[in-house]
Amino acid sequence: MNFIWNFPLFSVVSCLFCGVICSVLPRRAAKTLCWSLVSIVTLMSAGVLYFTASTGESFTYMMGHYPAPWGNEVRAGILEGAMALFFCVVMLLSLVAGAKYLDKDVEESKQNLYYSLSNLMLSSLLALVYTNDIFTAYVFVEINTIAACGLIMIKGNGRSLLASAKYMIMSLLGSGMLLLGITMLYDVTGHLLMTSIHEEVQNIVSSGSYSEPMTVIIALMCVGLAIKSALYPFHSWLPDAYGYSTPSSSAILSSLVSKAYIFLLLKIFFRVIGWEVILDNKITDILFVFGIIGMMMGSISAIMQKDIKKMVAYSSVAQIGYIYMGFGLGTLEGVIASIFHIFMHASAKSMLFISLAELGEVSRGKTLLTKLKGAGYRNKLAGVAFTTGAFSMIGIPLFGGFISKILFASAAVDMNSTKMVVTLVALAVSTLLNAWYFFRAVIRIYTPHRKEKDKYFSISTAAAMVAFIALNVFFGIFSDIVIEGIQTGLAMFL
Amino acid sequence: MSRIREDYERTPWRRLVHFINGDEESVAERAGYEVETEEESVRIHDDFFHEVEWNKRKEEADTLISQYEEWPETKGLKYFQKIYRLMSALICVTIIVLLLMTVAELPTLGEAAHPINNEVSGRYIEKGMEETGAVNIVAGMILDYRAFDTLGESHVLFIASCCVLILLRIDSKGKGSTKEEAEENDRIYEPKNDAILQYVARYLVPIIILFGIYVVFNGHISPGGGFSGGAIIGAGLILYLNAYGFKKTERFFTAKTFSTISVIALGFYALSKTYSFFTGANHLHSIISPGTPGNLLSAGLILPLNICVGMVVACTMYSFYALFRKGGM
Repeated sequence: MNFIWNFPLFSVVSCLFCGVICSVLPRRAAKTLCWSLVSIVTLMSAGVLYFTASTGESFTYMMGHYPAPWGNEVRAGILEGAMALFFCVVMLLSLVAGAKYLDKDVEESKQNLYYSLSNLMLSSLLALVYTNDIFTAYVFVEINTIAACGLIMIKGNGRSLLASAKYMIMSLLGSGMLLLGITMLYDVTGHLLMTSIHEEVQNIVSSGSYSEPMTVIIALMCVGLAIKSALYPFHSWLPDAYGYSTPSSSAILSSLVSKAYIFLLLKIFFRVIGWEVILDNKITDILFVFGIIGMMMGSISAIMQKDIKKMVAYSSVAQIGYIYMGFGLGTLEGVIASIFHIFMHASAKSMLFISLAELGEVSRGKTLLTKLKGAGYRNKLAGVAFTTGAFSMIGIPLFGGFISKILFASAAVDMNSTKMVVTLVALAVSTLLNAWYFFRAVIRIYTPHRKEKDKYFSISTAAAMVAFIALNVFFGIFSDIVIEGIQTGLAMFL
Repeated sequence: MSRIREDYERTPWRRLVHFINGDEESVAERAGYEVETEEESVRIHDDFFHEVEWNKRKEEADTLISQYEEWPETKGLKYFQKIYRLMSALICVTIIVLLLMTVAELPTLGEAAHPINNEVSGRYIEKGMEETGAVNIVAGMILDYRAFDTLGESHVLFIASCCVLILLRIDSKGKGSTKEEAEENDRIYEPKNDAILQYVARYLVPIIILFGIYVVFNGHISPGGGFSGGAIIGAGLILYLNAYGFKKTERFFTAKTFSTISVIALGFYALSKTYSFFTGANHLHSIISPGTPGNLLSAGLILPLNICVGMVVACTMYSFYALFRKGGM
């Protein structure tokens, strides 16, 4: 037994512990503690990834004195390690980059609670990634939901309160459906451990009993997690939640929270129910349809927005549509493309939100399309970051978005003719729509206008932005390594 | 030298430029209509209609336009609400029927062949007392077998109280109502020395709190535990607050007490459980022993963890009440 096996436990529990400690510390100490903790957890996640990649095997870790079906268990493979590392990195960068806006947006006496919330949020994200027990997943989904509400509402003005109320109602509806699904699944299989449920479900399906409850269970879990990750018809909470919260919150919410739920859905597909059963139940076709509609409607809504922050938020709806569309293709290539898109979208979207906040800062605090004229000259680094993110979203070569679109297209080519045609047309149209609104924004911020120095320069934000740009370029240029990792990780998953 | 075209502003290129610049384009221009000036249109109409008829028509048009503009606010909203209610009722009924039908298909509860009667629950029931030292096997399950879930669950409470703090705590520097104002308003709710309430509370509060402590401390022996006992203690504290007011409770319970208790309890919980998980997973010797089942001091970590959970729950209940009342503790 290697010492690295303990890292998942340490990273989850230390996040919980520091989250509690932060609530009594003064603001500066809480900030230091939070930043250093996230850095340490990043290193630990890197260790897990390195270990699983070098041994080429996943490991399970017993939580306590009792082995798996009786006690809790966590599991880590390449995919889990990569997700955890990626979540930690984006979390750290978002927190560092958004720190200077906290002073403006959040009351001074409540800033330590912000760090407390973000620590607990990270712990729930990591637990969702590592857990091998579906009820543990539900418990941490609860923490995640409440922490996300807190992160939205901490800004404290009317709009963010309304947004968090909206988020809470929709998200709790999703949690409720997930819980119903888990309860019924437990009733049918008698297990909560993912591995045992998987075996039991295969037995049930081959014996042919409980076929209707099985369909309902799968539907409940899918719809619940689709609401929580804002698939198209359930996206109404998203634009307000992302648009009206403090920049680091929007970055964390858009890039991590929805992605963690998608990863949980992936776990349910592969490790709980089984991919074959999912395909037999045709749920992928439904996800495919809604994914395609989401790609179109998200982009069209984004075009109609005057506030770029809202526009970027609506673009998230479209990108979530891409991910579900990839699941909907029903092949492993499609799923690999979706996972790559999760990485790419999370890194680009968090950078877009942070750089938008920076651009708004030098445009009298407004992020309206009309006010941002020439903002790219006033804050050059933020302009470059926004452009990088926008190019990545559109799918320009050298950036991550291009690779994920290629992966989606090549996965679609292997499909039957209807799905292939629909996917390729949708990809083409959606790319054009993306280009429309993102190029408009980029041209706008580089239209010459009054010159003004950036008065609010801060080293930490600039450093985080450079790191964000590097991360995005990494996904574009070194995509081979990432895709290979995803492939081996997914093979371990099965 | 080239001349600017007359319709230069309406060329596709100029429109693109306007669009990029975000300039507002009039609806008529976008639709491609010729924009008539007012004088022109009046002249044209004068040529064709008598003045009287023209005025009449104009009046009709005005009422039509005003009706059109008011429609969404008057009738439209009504229609929308009706359809909305109908649709939501329909969806609810459909989902209820669907779920009931599914439940009917599920295995019958209490049957011996029910899938949940497997080796997992078998071991909990048969070996639970021996392995965890807790007579109450529910306590053994949630605080020993599946302690990781409960660790998360107790942090759900903590994070909920954090969010309520963020939402409701009024700091003196706040923008809206200040702390002083909130306390001023709270005088309305302060008890006017209600003799009956105080007399009843004098006898009830100690009993309630003692019972709560009993439930917490015997969580591993009899039904109960941290969550239920903590809720009882919290209810007792709230009754005391209602009878005697903040002046009395502030002597022993302030915001500082709240944060100290929750930090100590949750910190102890996390650290002790990490130790237990670590030793368990690495197959090391653990100093925690289950003891003799049935004794008060037995069941290893379950008793201290119950106390921690009880304290957190009691403090959270009380602080929710205090925060909702005056935005502070």
